[in-house]
Amino acid sequence: MDFKKTYIGRVIYSLVSLTTGLKTTLIEFFTPKVTEQYPENRKTQHISERHRAMLYMSLDENGNNKCIACGLCANTCPNGTITIKTKMVTDEETGKSKKVLEEYTYDLGCCMFCQLCVNVCPKDAIAFNNKYENAVFDRSKLVIKLNK
Amino acid sequence: MFDFSTITTAIDQFLRDIMPSQAALLVECVLVALCAVLAYVMFAIVMIFMERKVCAAFQCRLGPMRVGPWGLLQVFADVFKMLIKEIISINNSDKVLYNLAPYLVVMSSVLTFCCLPFGEGLLVLDFNIGIFFIMAASSFGVLGILLAGWSSNNKFSMIGAVRSGAQMISYELSIGICLLTIVVMSGTMQISELVEAQRDGWFIFKGHLPAVIAFIIYLIAGNAETNRAPFDLPEAESELTAGFHTEYSGMHFGFFYVAEFMNLFIVAGIASTLFLGGWMPLHISGFDSFNTIMDYIPGVIWFLGKTFFVIWVLMWIRWTFPRLRIDQVVSLEWKYLVPIGLLNLLIMTLCVVMGWIF
Repeated sequence: MDFKKTYIGRVIYSLVSLTTGLKTTLIEFFTPKVTEQYPENRKTQHISERHRAMLYMSLDENGNNKCIACGLCANTCPNGTITIKTKMVTDEETGKSKKVLEEYTYDLGCCMFCQLCVNVCPKDAIAFNNKYENAVFDRSKLVIKLNK
Repeated sequence: MFDFSTITTAIDQFLRDIMPSQAALLVECVLVALCAVLAYVMFAIVMIFMERKVCAAFQCRLGPMRVGPWGLLQVFADVFKMLIKEIISINNSDKVLYNLAPYLVVMSSVLTFCCLPFGEGLLVLDFNIGIFFIMAASSFGVLGILLAGWSSNNKFSMIGAVRSGAQMISYELSIGICLLTIVVMSGTMQISELVEAQRDGWFIFKGHLPAVIAFIIYLIAGNAETNRAPFDLPEAESELTAGFHTEYSGMHFGFFYVAEFMNLFIVAGIASTLFLGGWMPLHISGFDSFNTIMDYIPGVIWFLGKTFFVIWVLMWIRWTFPRLRIDQVVSLEWKYLVPIGLLNLLIMTLCVVMGWIF
């Protein structure tokens, strides 16, 4: 008969397996703890670069953006978070008229951070950053104008 | 070793000088009860804090850190919350038994707590059937649990209480056999004599194999006695909400909670008294200078150190293993622990008869 299935064998093998479990938790007891103590650890905490906390528009030093006001992001947004106001500007040299972005409004309170707007943008004008401390006391403060 | 009986005799003498002996006895009883209950509550607070921290460490967390430095005041906050909560009376419950049950549970654990030898002469009750009294006092806690389940008019409570009855009465047997093994070895039931007999070596070393087996069985059965995981069937959260104390709130629930923790302390205290030498320092024969250094550490610290070490081991077990099914609980006791314990008792008797213990 298999020794593991006898009375003595079961006692011995169950003791061995229990000891394995105890060893695992003992190692866990002495490992450094993973708890993040949030408000105190602001300086040392690590938030992943890919964390989607807030939409921003990349601006160069003069405040110019890459947006061509195509409206794809506003159309693709499931929640209607983005509203784009445009105006027509006529180029003085060529005389051709061109659609230009006037105001890019982003409602953080409506956003569900699906990243569809970022994916659809043909010019990579918008992206998500990881600045997550966005709590405010008034909902109107969540409506943000992204361009300058 | 500092003998606490000098202080207690001095107080006794002082009281007898200023009042008749009957009154002195009454005053002494009140004083002792006050000290015992104070110590009980103090240890309960320490234990709850320790449980939270140890549990957190086993789960790779930090535990309470906000209230006070390192969360030291968390337990006091919890106690105040518990104290100001309403004690709800349940419709169609048996009011008398329902209100009596928590007090029975606490009473049994306070009675057992008083028997622990905290140091030389620091013992409330010291008489020739000490161990026997501990067994008797600790086993009527199950009555309170059964009454709590029965009187609260709730199916979950009832099932929890019945499970608890089946489990605690079974495991009482194993504990009894383990204590008996040590009683066979030392030849006495008096707690002070049991500790005194370990002056030249703790029983776990003196009794080698049978004592170690008895110690392991005692830890398993003691864990089951306190209704803690992996034997927490009576209050299995996932099945019975909270088992026998589902309907209790406020301080009545607090009593069950405190009694559970103190039962853990008592189990560990008895384990350290019977197996690890109580308040006796660690003595190794031959190393005289080592023994003298060990003697400088007070007995109370030795006792508490050993007790808290055993508590830590029990918490380690509690946060490692998953809960057993009721049939596994009962078969573990009746098919494994009792036969092995009885065999172990036989081996111990043989060792004592043949003089194989040190």
